[in-house]
Amino acid sequence: MKKWNLVIDVAQCFNCNACTMACHDEYFGNDFPGVAAEMPRLGHRWIEICQRESGTFPVVEVSYLPVTCNHCDNPPCMKAARDGAIVKRADGIVIIVPEKAKGQRQLVEACPYGAIWWNEEKQLPQAWPFDAHLLDGGWTQTRGAQVCPTRAMRTLHLEDEEMQRIVLEEKLSVLHPEFKTKPRVYYKNLDRWTRVFVAGSLAGEISGVTECIAGARVTLEKNGAKLAEAVTDAYGDFRFGGLEEASGTYIVRVADGRFNPKTLEVALGKSAVLGTIILERRAAG
Amino acid sequence: MSLGTLKFSALLFGMLKMLRHKARRHSAFAQRLAEKNFTAQIRTFEGDVGRYFSFRDGRIDSKSGLHPDPQITVSIASAELGARLFTPWVEQLERIEAMKNFDFKAEGPDELVVWFTQTLAMMQTVGLEYGTAMPDGTKRFVTNTNGGPLFVYVKDDRIVRLTPIEFGEGDAGPWTIKARGRSFTPPRKTSVAPHTLCSKSTVYSPHRLLHPMKRVDFDPKGERNPRNRGVSGYVRISWDEALDLVASEIKRVKTEHGQGAIIANHGSHHTWGNIGYYISAAYKFFNAIGTTRVIHNPDSWEGWYWGAMHHYGYSMRLGQTETYSLVEDLMKEAEMVVFWSADPECTSGSYSAFEGTPRRQWLKDLGIEIVHIDPYYNHTAALLGGKWFAPKPGTDTAMALAIAWVWINEGTYDKKYVAERSVGFEVWRDYLLGKEDGVPKTPEWQEPETGIAAKDVRALARRWASKKTYLGAGGWGNGHGGACRAATGIQWARALACLLAMQGMGRPGVNFGHLQWGTPIDLHFYFPGYADGGLSGDIENTGMPISLYQRMPQLPTFNPSTQKVPRLRIPEAILEGKTEGYPWNGKTIEGQFQKFSYPAPGHSPIRMFYKYGGASIGTMSETNRYVKAYRTENLEFVVNQSIWFEGEAKFADVILPACTQFERWDISEFGGTGGYALHGQTQMNHRIALMQHKCIEPLGESKSDYQIFLELANRLGLGAYYSEGMNELDWVKRLFDASDLPKHISWPEFLKKGYFVVPAPPEERRDPPALRWFYEGRKKDVPEPHPLPGDYGKQYLEGLQTQSGKFEFECSSLKRFDPDDPERPPIVKYLPSWEGLQTKGLVERYPLQMISPHSRFSYHTLSDGKQSAVNDIEEHRVRIDGYYYWVMRINSEDAKGRGIKQHDLVKVFNDRGAVVCAAQLTERLPRGTVHSYESSAVYDPISEPGNSVDRGGCINQLTPKRSIAAKVTGTAVNSCLVEIERWDGSGALRPAALAVSA
Repeated sequence: MKKWNLVIDVAQCFNCNACTMACHDEYFGNDFPGVAAEMPRLGHRWIEICQRESGTFPVVEVSYLPVTCNHCDNPPCMKAARDGAIVKRADGIVIIVPEKAKGQRQLVEACPYGAIWWNEEKQLPQAWPFDAHLLDGGWTQTRGAQVCPTRAMRTLHLEDEEMQRIVLEEKLSVLHPEFKTKPRVYYKNLDRWTRVFVAGSLAGEISGVTECIAGARVTLEKNGAKLAEAVTDAYGDFRFGGLEEASGTYIVRVADGRFNPKTLEVALGKSAVLGTIILERRAAG
Repeated sequence: MSLGTLKFSALLFGMLKMLRHKARRHSAFAQRLAEKNFTAQIRTFEGDVGRYFSFRDGRIDSKSGLHPDPQITVSIASAELGARLFTPWVEQLERIEAMKNFDFKAEGPDELVVWFTQTLAMMQTVGLEYGTAMPDGTKRFVTNTNGGPLFVYVKDDRIVRLTPIEFGEGDAGPWTIKARGRSFTPPRKTSVAPHTLCSKSTVYSPHRLLHPMKRVDFDPKGERNPRNRGVSGYVRISWDEALDLVASEIKRVKTEHGQGAIIANHGSHHTWGNIGYYISAAYKFFNAIGTTRVIHNPDSWEGWYWGAMHHYGYSMRLGQTETYSLVEDLMKEAEMVVFWSADPECTSGSYSAFEGTPRRQWLKDLGIEIVHIDPYYNHTAALLGGKWFAPKPGTDTAMALAIAWVWINEGTYDKKYVAERSVGFEVWRDYLLGKEDGVPKTPEWQEPETGIAAKDVRALARRWASKKTYLGAGGWGNGHGGACRAATGIQWARALACLLAMQGMGRPGVNFGHLQWGTPIDLHFYFPGYADGGLSGDIENTGMPISLYQRMPQLPTFNPSTQKVPRLRIPEAILEGKTEGYPWNGKTIEGQFQKFSYPAPGHSPIRMFYKYGGASIGTMSETNRYVKAYRTENLEFVVNQSIWFEGEAKFADVILPACTQFERWDISEFGGTGGYALHGQTQMNHRIALMQHKCIEPLGESKSDYQIFLELANRLGLGAYYSEGMNELDWVKRLFDASDLPKHISWPEFLKKGYFVVPAPPEERRDPPALRWFYEGRKKDVPEPHPLPGDYGKQYLEGLQTQSGKFEFECSSLKRFDPDDPERPPIVKYLPSWEGLQTKGLVERYPLQMISPHSRFSYHTLSDGKQSAVNDIEEHRVRIDGYYYWVMRINSEDAKGRGIKQHDLVKVFNDRGAVVCAAQLTERLPRGTVHSYESSAVYDPISEPGNSVDRGGCINQLTPKRSIAAKVTGTAVNSCLVEIERWDGSGALRPAALAVSA
């Protein structure tokens, strides 16, 4: 049968919080028996957006990671639940049954993604229920997907096989696959969140004036193997992305016929901004 | 008996039948009839036709003829006229004409007259169905906000949810732009800004004002204790007491002090709608009672209005150029877009939600290069990427001049265009080359000013010249916000205009814009914008005379007071009794030169303050001034008409609780402003006209602004004049009739469904691209009713609004006004900011420059505070020990040097005040620059208001009151030096070492 999945494109999220506000709008002031009790006015963000800055001034990348209930096919919260407080629906949606979950604070700790929130007033663990009541009523997408201005959030209602085909095709991943929770929330371009970059800018003297060196070839090497090559842009800039944080020492080699070659060593921790690299004129002759 | 007599008699008899019929069918109408016991007489002047209606406990006794003692009398000159005026959905022009000629009069208490005429009008609307029943038992209504239209799902008179409008099968299809072999079509729905999506939490906010209130120690007949404003508490009073009090104060100050004694000030954008919004309901009331007018500065335009306009005109757009069809031109022709102080993904085009966002995503699909110039790595940059330059705030002009220098030096500008379409280039060129002052404005020259390496500026200048480049300036692309709101804002906007002229502004692929304005929608469908005046009758201060009056004749209104106060100088007017300013006047280029002074000759000083909507403390400059202005005997009475108990509402003597727009009727268009932002709908992907259904009843005792003004007007004998005897819904219908909507959709269908999507025109009927006519030397061919005919120098529709009709590098208007003004010379020059990182004597004490653009998550103060859902957005506020603090962004190294960690509470201060914020450490700013949004709704002084550390987050307490330049009245809030330290919880405004003599 068809099941519900959510796909989030990290490269298209820009922290507008429309999904979070729509989620708040849906659950604040409303009670949906069997699906969700009312969300508190303040303090809960069932769709949370985490923020990361990568790099240092003046080369930065900002990425945002919306995190919500993953509606895992192997949900750890369900194992921690008593009295059937958590149910896995046939369509994939995981529900914390408000009528049964009262007082079960252990569920908050049971979620490795931190996606279950504690409602102090109601003594109730709460999470985003995939807008199940709306989908049951004929909606074809979730509130968050409906309002996402960049279409960074998509609701997919598919057979599992079809979903897995899309996972491969669009190179989707899940948060912490090592938890073996089998989330139904997938991420596109998760590298934007997890990976780091090496960037720099070339400058050198041309006709007696310091200029940006465009069109220079820059290579990134590790352990003697060439990993990537870039050509500097109009501003002399190059950037190698998609690198694993703290993944050892890299060599950056700069080659431009007009200048002496230059080699830099980068012990990569977080993103490395090498700044302006001054090239020396190749001796005439 | 004439035909007219017969017809009028029959109509009056029919009216009785209809009243009884409606009362039988609709309980709401029956209840209405039971509200009053009195007799109303309708008659001709001569008395040859007449009928009276006696209302007694819901029953109506009525007879033909004349009653001996009616409480009210509505009289009409003749039976013929009566027959015409009382036929349902009367011809408004005829009705207005009859009133104007004193052929249609009402006598008796206003309250009864208005009740009677409104009751007659209600027969047309009572029982009309509106909204759509949904399967889940909710009813789906429609509204429109300044953050986009909404479906509003309601159950049991409570809002359940708010969603964007997804178009149905019956709605018009979208446009398609074909560019570079691909087709692009926008989504078939509306978008919604986050500050609108949180509306349920603001409508049901615990901070809602639900009852009229009076300050506990305010006694209008005894001790008024004005110095306790902002400190003393409030006591609930009845509407009658509140309205009687306000009305009697209006009468008292006018008779005791004379014309001008009442100042009326409104905020911007605290609600939306063509009828109930400020340029409608409030303007009519304030004109009707006679008030000192608050002259708003063009606060989002500033540098464009005071500066760029002198190069090319466009006074009607306040110095921003036309934008027709520029989305298509950019997509087809441009190779690069330079976003300069432009963050459209943050400010949402002011009121266009995320309509531009999917279009800007197309930039990547089209392979168009992107550059961002902004001290902050803003949200647009974060989403789209591209090359980022972060000049020190306020120094951008130096960078721009150096770009021009490179183009001149390398000959890479459009020489033909400059020769044929401009004047004065040689003068500016000589300045750039250093012939005037011995300083060539080279990339090396600008480097110490801006902090941008000379090589980078050269690279940018060359890249720009080698590609067809759009200059996306400010939030709209043709200006608006950002760097134009600074001490150097005038020169910045001017320099950008000159850069674009050098590259042939209007050439295919070369224009102002970043896909925010200029979609190919149908601008020939008439629907007025809110700035076109609604029901205001104000033909002097709205777009009414050129847009709406012909379609919706109404009683005109004029403000008898000619006294004016600049909004930025209200505190000086109140506290010092003297101030002056330059106006916001879009008629001509010269409009802005007409200096005015307060007090106006023969006018009274301000003695009463009527504040309506919004909050100055979070949005004006050096705002402790406003706090102090409230706490003075000079103001004998302060009334605040507000939705929420926040900001300066806490400084009133009487508070009148207004409802939100979800609780009243209105009608409007998505992003339809009209006025100075003519055709602003081209920010939208679709033109949509919308009903603003009264989705729920007003909360508590709150009332719509229209109703509050009307009930006050009744007490002043102005009720019939104010309302023309109509309900809000009648006005909505009247505006519907005035628009082109009836050609496409019936009133009952529109009322029920709630919206209409205006079909996009076929490709061949799209408007020509902006300024292409100028580039090609043709007559103006875009649908823009400006410049005024008399502003053309040679031939009507030929050339620009400038004296020469050409782009003027050397501005003749400035030469005429004051050629020796060092702050605004005829050619644009770089003059360092009077408050910035180079300001000696100040920067030593306050070494950080703060910029404070418009907030992403609150439209002005509309969504902030109020325990609204946006408070939980960490970019907006941060909760620390249960309190939501405003956010201050600071470079990580600057923070480290001050021992400040992420989310530490910090005190941001200068000589003007101190505000506690939560620190957000970032690499998105260079060292020396800090960033915080303006628009805190919360003012929370920990000690004496106006002289206290503020925990609420009104960072505008710190921004300078000084005008951009001496001969303009503009805000320079982005020129602000501060220091930041960890907050020790004390009430000290600043360290003892930095104490200043008061």
